[in-house]
Amino acid sequence: MVQPSADESLDGFRARVRAWFAENVQLTGGVKDESFDAVDVARRFQAALFDARLAGLTWPAEYGGQGLTTAHQLAFNEAAEPYVVPTMPLLIGLGMCAPTLLEKGTQEQREEHLARMLRGDEVWCQLFSEPGAGSDVAGLRTRAVRDGDDWVVTGQKVWTSGAHYSDYGLLLARTNPDVPKHLGLTMFVVDMRAPGVTIRPLRQITGGSGFNEVFFDDVHVPGDAVVGEVDRGWQAAVTTLMNERVSIGAGGGGLGRRLGGGEFAALADLARRRGGLADPVLRQSLASVFVEERLLELLSSRIREDVRAGRTPGPQGSVAKLAGAQLARHAAEVGLEVLGSGGAAWESDDADAERWTQALLGAPGNAIAGGTPEIMKNILGERVLGLPREPAVDRDVPFRELRVGGGRS
Amino acid sequence: MSAPTVAGDLRASVRGYLESAAPEAEVRRIAETPSGSDPAVWARLADLGLTGLGVPEDFGGAGAGFAELGVVLEELGRSLLPAPFFSTAVLGVQALLLSGDAAAQAEYLPQVAEGRLRVAVGTVGASTVAAVPGSRGWLLDGLADGVLDGATADLVLVFAAADDGPALFAVPADAAGLSRTPLRTLDLTRRQARVELHATPAVLVGSAGDGGRVAAALLDRALAALAAEQVGGAQRVLEMAVEYARTRYQFGRSIGSFQAVKHRCADMLIDVERARVAADAALAAVDTSAADLPVAARVAGTFCGEAYFAAAASNIQVHGGIGFTWEHPAHLYYRRAKSSQLLFGSPGEHREELMRQLGH
Ligand SMILES: Cc1cc2nc3c(=O)[nH]c(=O)nc-3n(C[C@H](O)[C@H](O)[C@H](O)COP(=O)(O)OP(=O)(O)OC[C@H]3O[C@@H](n4cnc5c(N)ncnc54)[C@H](O)[C@@H]3O)c2cc1C
Repeated sequence: MVQPSADESLDGFRARVRAWFAENVQLTGGVKDESFDAVDVARRFQAALFDARLAGLTWPAEYGGQGLTTAHQLAFNEAAEPYVVPTMPLLIGLGMCAPTLLEKGTQEQREEHLARMLRGDEVWCQLFSEPGAGSDVAGLRTRAVRDGDDWVVTGQKVWTSGAHYSDYGLLLARTNPDVPKHLGLTMFVVDMRAPGVTIRPLRQITGGSGFNEVFFDDVHVPGDAVVGEVDRGWQAAVTTLMNERVSIGAGGGGLGRRLGGGEFAALADLARRRGGLADPVLRQSLASVFVEERLLELLSSRIREDVRAGRTPGPQGSVAKLAGAQLARHAAEVGLEVLGSGGAAWESDDADAERWTQALLGAPGNAIAGGTPEIMKNILGERVLGLPREPAVDRDVPFRELRVGGGRS
Repeated sequence: MSAPTVAGDLRASVRGYLESAAPEAEVRRIAETPSGSDPAVWARLADLGLTGLGVPEDFGGAGAGFAELGVVLEELGRSLLPAPFFSTAVLGVQALLLSGDAAAQAEYLPQVAEGRLRVAVGTVGASTVAAVPGSRGWLLDGLADGVLDGATADLVLVFAAADDGPALFAVPADAAGLSRTPLRTLDLTRRQARVELHATPAVLVGSAGDGGRVAAALLDRALAALAAEQVGGAQRVLEMAVEYARTRYQFGRSIGSFQAVKHRCADMLIDVERARVAADAALAAVDTSAADLPVAARVAGTFCGEAYFAAAASNIQVHGGIGFTWEHPAHLYYRRAKSSQLLFGSPGEHREELMRQLGH
């Protein structure tokens, strides 16, 4: 294995990354997400990356990072471009939970968890959404009640991606129901294997089970697990949510993004193999996918530069989130256009039909997870463009008086 | 009794039956059976006079037109009940009627009306079957892909190329050299199969060389019928979305009070209303043998499919996370909508044919 030298140049670094990827290429590709196996692959990949001193390039060295520059990260991305990086299961931890701990966590929490997350030794999930509180996550009902120095948590979370393979979760719970909803929340680090935590997989419309229901029955959480301040959990949650948009849209520092093998390339290849590349209408569709994808890449790299330069990503986070979901849906529809009737019915060994029908089925999830399009547009309209907010009925009322959830169809 | 009342009665009785006998749990149960169908359901549809709805009275059917067929298709589109109605009672019956083959009609149609014969049709486009005269009748070779309910049908009708041009042939399920492979389908509530024929004996239906005309006329009718089914599904997802928007609370208010959600629902309504007039016009054009049927069928064929898919996708969005779960019915409609858009040629092909029909 090529080791860094103390005075490694940028070119030397680039060469080292290239060599490392070439050497470890067997770890990439052919990885299905959502299974326990995928997590294993992700953990091993991340550990290898870490041991090669290529993980957390721009993270502070004291928490296991490399303390390198944005230029190093860009060089890394460039060298990694042709590979499919199998770290999707770590995205929530690395892209969302870790930045939250960095910004809001205690020194002890950072020291205990960050390096381990970076090495893939700890996988994390995000325990925010509940049956009654999704877009309005501040309307959540899971209670955390003081018990001496500790807390006792009771309630239910839902749509928790990866809870079934996670070691820890970032939990948002209500610690004071007598104040307006945003003022009575607290964020905790919870051990997913603690007594009283029950995880039940939920089946998605794709047929896979990537997300779960998580039940908390009198779960004891130590006092030092509070992230940030008691009753100030909303501020911490906003940090997580901002990073979530960036992660989803721009691919969390190049770690979770499907590097290489973009949608356009796959579609063009599909059209070449299955016929249709000469069809002028299809060519137009393919070209528009290319444009969308290129724009998303440009947006993403700008966001990543901002993040690395220590600037809080601006509106691009929401723009990228929206654009990513739109691209996913558009590409899937074009995929089915190419497949034609073969996208409605196929023999079980037809990998193309499997891939593009799965993409079509997954597309609505892309749009909903991490904030729906409507919520993203509200954020853009109100926080970015400064348009007046809609009159709110829920902001100055104690939480207990609010109506939350419901819904039947 | 005026026609609208007849249609209204029919709708009420079909919906009543489907709501009581085929709730979502039953739809899912049937969809998950190995064959994806339940003979008891088909027998019940026969008892209700539905399998023979479009069969002429002379052959034991109700002799109804497309207006009535459209009503049933709409209701089935709402319910997603897996039953070979579209394949048998629409495609099968219409292919036999269009063929003008009195003997075949007399043999098969009464059995359809009685619910004893399920018919699948290998439509043109997806089939590459060749017919050659053998010593004791015709022999077929080739394959028909994506045949609706093809694996469970008792009789398969296929278009095949013969020396005199394309012709329609009938192949019983137990014919020698016939193999049927169930396919994986995007739509969980309607199966498709690949039908392969190897020197399979078949009976000519109609006259040799007339298959092109029959296929073209059948396609017009299939598009009109499918449009009705799409309208039914689109209407159902609209209702589902509106009900959820009314009763789901976020930020202390019903989500339907947010203009973004309200407008999403209104957009669905705009599409559904336009889809409905498109479908009705196409169905009426069949019943009146209107000269512009090919145009009306393609207006419906392109618009209704797109409207349905857009509505089904919107319905998932209105529901948020719950709409992305297997347990929620939203995806069953999303799957049906996209799948049915791909059934009888792509929207692009329909548009191209529309331009041709318009003389350009
Ligand atoms: C695949 C997937 C993975 C997920 N993973 C996680 C996870 O790991 N952790 C986690 O905590 N959560 C997760 N979620 C949950 C996700 O964050 C929520 O589903 C999402 O925020 C929407 O909430 P909801 O489902 O309750 O829908 P609702 O909030 O009820 O929304 C229903 C509809 O109302 C609209 N709406 C709501 N409020 C407004 C408004 N103010 N203005 C306009 N329209 C509005 C929405 O846009 C939507 O169309 C995941 C979801 C999915 C689909």
